Amino acid sequence: MAQAAAPSKGMTFGEMGSALAFAGLALLSIIIAAKAYTPEYAFHAYLFAAASVAAVFAIVNRFYERPAERPPLTFGGKPNYNMGPVKFATIASVFWGIAGFTIGLLIALQLAFPALNFDTAWLSFGRMRPLHTSAVIFAFGGNVLIASSFYVVQRTCRARMVGDIAPWFVVLGYNFFIVIAGTGYLLGITQGKEYAEPEWYADLFLTVVWVTYFLVFLGTVMRRKEPHIYVANWFYLAFILTIAVLHLGNNAAIPVSLFSPKSYIVWSGVQDALVQWWYGHNAVGFFLTAGFLAIMYYFIPKRAERPVYSYRLSIIHFWSLIFMYIWAGPHHLHYTALPDWAQTLGMVFSVMLWMPSWGGMINGLMTLSGAWDKLRTDPVLRLMVVSVAFYGMATFEGPLMSVKAVNSLSHYTDWTIGHVHAGALGWVAYISFGAIYCLVPWLWNKKALYSMKAVSWHFWISTLGIVLYISSMWVAGILQGLMWRAYTSLGFLEYSFIETVEAMNPFYVIRALGGAFFVAGSLIMAWNVWKTISVGEAVEEAPRAMQPALIAAE
Amino acid sequence: MPAAYKFFAEFAQTWGLVYFVAVFLTVLIYALAPSRKDRFDAASRMPLQED
Repeated sequence: MAQAAAPSKGMTFGEMGSALAFAGLALLSIIIAAKAYTPEYAFHAYLFAAASVAAVFAIVNRFYERPAERPPLTFGGKPNYNMGPVKFATIASVFWGIAGFTIGLLIALQLAFPALNFDTAWLSFGRMRPLHTSAVIFAFGGNVLIASSFYVVQRTCRARMVGDIAPWFVVLGYNFFIVIAGTGYLLGITQGKEYAEPEWYADLFLTVVWVTYFLVFLGTVMRRKEPHIYVANWFYLAFILTIAVLHLGNNAAIPVSLFSPKSYIVWSGVQDALVQWWYGHNAVGFFLTAGFLAIMYYFIPKRAERPVYSYRLSIIHFWSLIFMYIWAGPHHLHYTALPDWAQTLGMVFSVMLWMPSWGGMINGLMTLSGAWDKLRTDPVLRLMVVSVAFYGMATFEGPLMSVKAVNSLSHYTDWTIGHVHAGALGWVAYISFGAIYCLVPWLWNKKALYSMKAVSWHFWISTLGIVLYISSMWVAGILQGLMWRAYTSLGFLEYSFIETVEAMNPFYVIRALGGAFFVAGSLIMAWNVWKTISVGEAVEEAPRAMQPALIAAE
Repeated sequence: MPAAYKFFAEFAQTWGLVYFVAVFLTVLIYALAPSRKDRFDAASRMPLQED
């Protein structure tokens, strides 16, 4: 390709700047690795150094390979979309999904058969559990959100994504953060905050990645050719912006030293607890809800080939949801040292949240009005519609459980676990599967998925898995709650704690079985995605692929 | 500290409520105004248009 290089070819500011920044990071990482207090931290510093060196190499190599002129914004009157990072994040989400579900299955089995921790610290429940939650929420869900947001914002703005190195930095940097976070848990590095376990240096790196993500997304919105910003982009923007604020607020920690992974949070006592659950619940509200609602608002209309039921309702849905969610966090701290009025406030806003949630659910479901027959023929649409139904179910159950009287029974029991998984497996994972099944043929220019039958199998196997999971956890949770509060006629507790644990065993076995079904479904999806990309029938007329300059640009 | 607490609590319980109701009404007016019907109809079809 050397002969293609024009004499005027020079590095862009972005290429030069990011190469220098990564070189600096590599140097800093090597110094930290040499002086690190613990071997685990040194290992992470070496990972940072290796990744930074690889980034410098990749940027310089890409510069020598690419033609002198930058890829055009439009091509023959059509936007020249940048789908490389989207493809990477889509594949990554399938990979992390399987990893995260499998670890979930392992810890479910550990609860039923404790010998499965094999007496090693590495596989202990305390380390594997955050590995599971982070892998499914941030690695699987996060990659789906990044992939779909970069796809949707380009398509609905009819504009090429802003930035050259930046979108790749977002995708690769985010996945590198996942590796740091995950290996950290295995090595015992954690700050002990639920869903915010990574220590200060990983948090700092994620902040840079996330701000870049925000700028790329916002820049693309500002470059739009359409007068109106489609509602899905509003949800994506709220998700990106709020997660940035939550991340900064909840991780306001001061490291012991540059050479130590340990840090101390600036909040203390009950304030720390409140900030933690302000973060924790809005991770649910803005990561697992707003982000995936954006997917719903683009992919369901697209797949059903019908506009969203009510665009007006979607606007009311958006503003009421984001204004209410932010107040609901205190319901995680009922009957604690948190002031009573704050608990009540959290409860009231949680109950009110039912209305925007169901407004959104109705909007998603009714998009199919007049096209319900597609549910019979299109298993991908079926996945997404069932996900919206699960969204409705989980967002009814959530407000119910936030009521103090109900919470006194449900809190600390497996009912909570069941509720979370109704949302996580039923809503988040299903809408994600739907989006992945849509995206793969679109991105790789294929006529359709390799096998629709396999999608159907995936749907039924994992639905069975979810039903086993949540019904067993309902029974387990309520049984557990009732046993904890049972008194004898003399006023003593009727059951010792270990008796309640023993009573859970059959339900833990059923739950693990449900998890196994869910893992099996995800393996079917991975096979189908692989087959679609490798041997799927290509769209015959691919005008974009025939443009030579575009191939060079990629 | 108690004075500050009292001030913020009272502010939140009165003007906070007014603020939220005002914001919600603004959203309702924006979303439901008949004059925006065509614009929203066009917006709802944005995902379906091929470029």
